[in-house]
Amino acid sequence: MTLAPARTSILPDRITTPTLRTFIRGVTSVDEVGAAERVAALSKRSIKRESKRAALDLIIRMMDLTTLEGKDTPGKVIQLSAKAVRPDPTDPTIPSVAAVCVYPAMVPYVVQATEGTGIHVASVATYFPSGQVDTKLKVQETRDVVAAGADEVDMVIDRGAFLSGEYFKVFDEVRRTKEAAGDAHLKVILETGELETLDNVRRASMLAMAAGADFIKTSTGKVSPAAKLDVTLVMLEAIRDFHDATGVKVGMKPAGGVRTSKDAMKYLLVLNETLGEGWMTPDWFRFGASSLLNDVLMQIRWLETGRYASPDYFTKD
Amino acid sequence: MARNRALRITRLLHKGLNLAITRIPSTTHEPLLWEYAESRESTDIVSLDDSYGLYIDGEFRKPKSRNSFTTVNPANEDVLAKVSEAGPADVDDAVSAARAAYENVWGPMSGAERAKYIFRIARMIQERSRELAVLETLDGGKPIKESRDIDLPLVAGHFFYYAGWADKLDYAFPGIKPKPLGVAGQVIPWNFPMLMLAWKVAPALAAGNTVVLKPAETTPLTALLFAELTQEAGLPPGVLNVVTGAGKTGAAVVSHDDVDKVAFTGSTAVGKLIQSQLAGTSKKLTLELGGKGAHVIFEDAPLDQAVEGVINGIFFNQGHVCCAGSRLFVEESIHDRFVDKLKRRLDTLRVGDPMDKNTDIGAINSKEQLDKINELVDAGQSEGAEIFQPDCELPQKGFYFRPTLFTGVSQSHRIAQEEIFGPVLSILSFRTPDEAVEKANNTPYGLSAGIWTTKGSRILWMADRLKAGVVWANTFNKFDPTSPFGGYKESGFGREGGRHGLLAYMDWDEG
Repeated sequence: MTLAPARTSILPDRITTPTLRTFIRGVTSVDEVGAAERVAALSKRSIKRESKRAALDLIIRMMDLTTLEGKDTPGKVIQLSAKAVRPDPTDPTIPSVAAVCVYPAMVPYVVQATEGTGIHVASVATYFPSGQVDTKLKVQETRDVVAAGADEVDMVIDRGAFLSGEYFKVFDEVRRTKEAAGDAHLKVILETGELETLDNVRRASMLAMAAGADFIKTSTGKVSPAAKLDVTLVMLEAIRDFHDATGVKVGMKPAGGVRTSKDAMKYLLVLNETLGEGWMTPDWFRFGASSLLNDVLMQIRWLETGRYASPDYFTKD
Repeated sequence: MARNRALRITRLLHKGLNLAITRIPSTTHEPLLWEYAESRESTDIVSLDDSYGLYIDGEFRKPKSRNSFTTVNPANEDVLAKVSEAGPADVDDAVSAARAAYENVWGPMSGAERAKYIFRIARMIQERSRELAVLETLDGGKPIKESRDIDLPLVAGHFFYYAGWADKLDYAFPGIKPKPLGVAGQVIPWNFPMLMLAWKVAPALAAGNTVVLKPAETTPLTALLFAELTQEAGLPPGVLNVVTGAGKTGAAVVSHDDVDKVAFTGSTAVGKLIQSQLAGTSKKLTLELGGKGAHVIFEDAPLDQAVEGVINGIFFNQGHVCCAGSRLFVEESIHDRFVDKLKRRLDTLRVGDPMDKNTDIGAINSKEQLDKINELVDAGQSEGAEIFQPDCELPQKGFYFRPTLFTGVSQSHRIAQEEIFGPVLSILSFRTPDEAVEKANNTPYGLSAGIWTTKGSRILWMADRLKAGVVWANTFNKFDPTSPFGGYKESGFGREGGRHGLLAYMDWDEG
């Protein structure tokens, strides 16, 4: 089987199963101990107070406020959308989040609730979270969510195919999903908790980017561990190398498991030291989170008043 | 149908919400310029005296020599304190005190009893580690994050480790019944003042020897604080003596007739001098001297971690590390890519006030050392190597040097041969593993080497062939009390650390 050329110069003109296999095996390895040491060292940086407030605002602006539950209802996602537009009703200086991320069935409600706010509507697709169906159905679901108004699509890769060495299948699905998504932004979830090794994370990152991912994303949030700092570092380094090789900029989204401002700051630190300020915007970095938002609001309140407010002062949705 | 109904309901809900919220258009996305705080560790924890005596026989004394010198903070050139310079008469007193303590107290004492003292000292080091770390950074210029997170934990670790051996010496080397040597004269360098003290003092005391220690003239303060700490720990007078001073004092210690064992860490030139002085005497000697460590990066290495390893290998402690990976050999096929990665990483290094917790590279230890680094870097440029330095600002006062890379270096350049002992890396290339080994071994030194590859068999193949006392694989500059450390060739002999480290302080009857 062959495909037309990818958008990148790191792959040959005609992509075949053997060329992809060669490409993936040529991806340089990652040393797990070294990666862990690097993130531990970066986590010790201390940040100026003024920078801290700007960073907290940025974390909000980078947030994909998410609800992905079987019990999600229109009521729930509409309330969440209101929170997304106006995270803290008592403080108009707090910016809106970047996007609201929901299941396909909930997309129309988010579209309505966020209309005219500039907030993006993100939908998971390709039979999130497992992705264990035929490619046709995944492509169809992608078309459906885009037609329903989603302008960002969070797809999952077929981890089974990746782990069994069927790189072509993974590549092909990302390509076709990207096509089906059209102008919508494509975030490719690697589900790193199931890939397990950092070598796999780097390989899957390269594969997804070569196939056309606009963003690469760590996790669905349904598998433990979800986002981790060392995994994020390795994905950012892959983005850097991909950018060096092709000139194509790809974004990054850690998702699941980032619950506190302190954690989120560490991700920004790793981002800043790995990719630099060019990526320090919501256009190129997102947090997939739900409970993180209120923790950030609490920290902002603390910076401003010097006191910690009770969680009761912050709205749930 | 059901879906349509839901939509109608939510339209109503939506209307209500629209009233409740004021829309905020999402702001334009300007990248955030991130600033780190200047986060200075407070120095209040350290109380410095104006002047310090010599620590002999359990008390601080004025020197008979009546001479003194000052020690400065290399980060800002402030004078920290006046320190006594021990003359021959003072060294004689220190050795006599050590001899008496050895004959009467420490030698006859059981290992279990000695262990109690050493454990107590280890615990006190832990308790006062912040104070010691701040003083180490004040006097020596190394970043506080290193003295706090690496030096001091290792120092305590060495004392704990050797305290554990003190009552088990009879079992350390099967078939050998060990005895202490007597009085150990120890001369240590300025790059890791407390850690080198620990490497030498802990095994010496554990094995039953007494000590006369001569710290480096630019970094005497932590050794003096350590002496005070042993005094508080109740260590019997004379077991540890600290004589401060420069080269002359060191020479007096190593050449003293009543010293049984000499341990020296420092330059190869001085090491050679000591060895020739000791020839024909019955004194035992261990030397830990210079190095020009080779760091070998193969094409299949985990490149981003290798970059971190190389950075750590040469810029740890401003490159004032005898086992620094100061020669980098990169496989030609990835040379340019790897150098680009290194340069980019260099741009993010933070050079400046060592007391700032965000500082990666602190102050050069002394003016003399800074001059030496400048001289060799000038030589590198005039020999035709290409220099790269990041565009970072350096503090106005104090001794600082930018992290520096040289590319296009040949084996015959001075910067590939001589130990610079500063933040300067010479980058060379190779084509095959054989060539890498040949070039890595082509130096009079042999202290350390690093290999970066994912191929396990190649790690072992290389480690067999590299003539270096320590070979790290896919990491660099890792130390542990249980692991022996020492050199090949002109990097010295004898091992410090681990069970091997005891041998340097023991004599034995076989059988």
